[in-house]
Amino acid sequence: MIGIIDYGMGNLHSVSSALKRLDQPYFLSDRKEELAKADKLLLPGVGSFRDAMSILNGTGLADFIKAEAAAGKPLLGICLGMQLLFEESAENGITKGLGLLPGTAERFSGVTCSGETYKVPHMGWNKLEYNRTSPLTENLDEGYVYFVHSYAVQTDDSACVIAQAHYGDRSVPAVVGQNNIFGTQFHPEKSSETGMTILSNFCKLAEGAKA
Amino acid sequence: MLTKRIIPCLDVKEGRVVKGVQFVNLIDAGDPVELAAFYDREGADELVFLDISASHEGRQTMIDVVERVASQLAIPFTVGGGINSLEDMKRVLRAGADKVSVNTAALLRPELITEGADYFGSQCIVTAIDAKYDETLGSWRVYTHGGRKPTEWEVTAWAKEAVKRGSGEILLTSMDQDGEKSGFNLKLTKAVSEAVTVPVIASGGAGNAQHFYEAFTEGKADAGLAASIFHYKETSVREVKRELKGKGMVIR
Repeated sequence: MIGIIDYGMGNLHSVSSALKRLDQPYFLSDRKEELAKADKLLLPGVGSFRDAMSILNGTGLADFIKAEAAAGKPLLGICLGMQLLFEESAENGITKGLGLLPGTAERFSGVTCSGETYKVPHMGWNKLEYNRTSPLTENLDEGYVYFVHSYAVQTDDSACVIAQAHYGDRSVPAVVGQNNIFGTQFHPEKSSETGMTILSNFCKLAEGAKA
Repeated sequence: MLTKRIIPCLDVKEGRVVKGVQFVNLIDAGDPVELAAFYDREGADELVFLDISASHEGRQTMIDVVERVASQLAIPFTVGGGINSLEDMKRVLRAGADKVSVNTAALLRPELITEGADYFGSQCIVTAIDAKYDETLGSWRVYTHGGRKPTEWEVTAWAKEAVKRGSGEILLTSMDQDGEKSGFNLKLTKAVSEAVTVPVIASGGAGNAQHFYEAFTEGKADAGLAASIFHYKETSVREVKRELKGKGMVIR
């Protein structure tokens, strides 16, 4: 059973509809005791990093997620939920994240090194380029997925980047993972068949599977 | 690099798709959910639903439609028509739409854009603009009420104002071209695309794949929207995308 962490940030409707279509049992909850019963956790999120962390810290969900992650429970962060897995974000001043993955979220500058401007947010369909294999991206060949975000993760640990997309002059971590921790910067639930395959792969992750 | 998006638009009245839709292999061609699923399979990058219901009951029905579409669709969709307040936005977005589009209500009260963007984020708020060339203005004038009432706004000025207020996308319809199938208004599309920093969806005048190609190259649009050519099967989303790919465009 998948537990969707409902902490008041983001559109849970589309994620739960997608799981329903995949015929995957799930429940929504903001209670640690309930979520502890799930065998996989999903952390969605739309909005500001600072607001999200402030809720997660205030409710004790941040410590809960860290403990569950440390115990090996598979966790998937989506969009802002993925960024929260990292160490910190520069959104509205530096805010500490969950620190489960190495890296920080920084705003797209909107200008390339050579001075050309590009639009921010990065909104629309972009192509995944695979860095390495992972159980999360099984059965996918080339695929386009739907992004909406103004901040992107920067990491020195290229091993945690499973797939990336190119935007402006940046390489944008799109699918990330380390051990039992996974994240997608795009919205798999809005990314047609490619996105549904990724969600389905997460649902089917075998116990102890590594990113 | 982002793909150029192809967006079919569906007019919904009292919960049913109107403007005759000619599809085979559909049990009920007027059902928005069935059509949404069809366009998803065809490779549409996004869908726009325009609620043209005149009654309060019709608008209530639209919420059910949005919920049903959201439960079936795995691509983003926008709902417009009759969005007059933050409350209207909340209803539609909570029912599962990804974006709302505002038009007349935003021209009458531009704060609506700001309120929506502050509450939901810019990415949720699309400003739809209906524009028509105006000799005296030497440019395109913005109209309200489905193109019936002229405003004081010149199109690029209003587009910039909408973006300044937090709109994350512009849906630009050329009234001169709408329904003509002679191609998008490239000058208008280019003028607005160059005036703002957010994506512009060109609308009005699409007749074939070449028209989309021109809108994306000469018109500098990020997306192209069409209704009748897809509904009447004069071409298909799949066919348009195949032709655009053949011309070297980045298309999903």
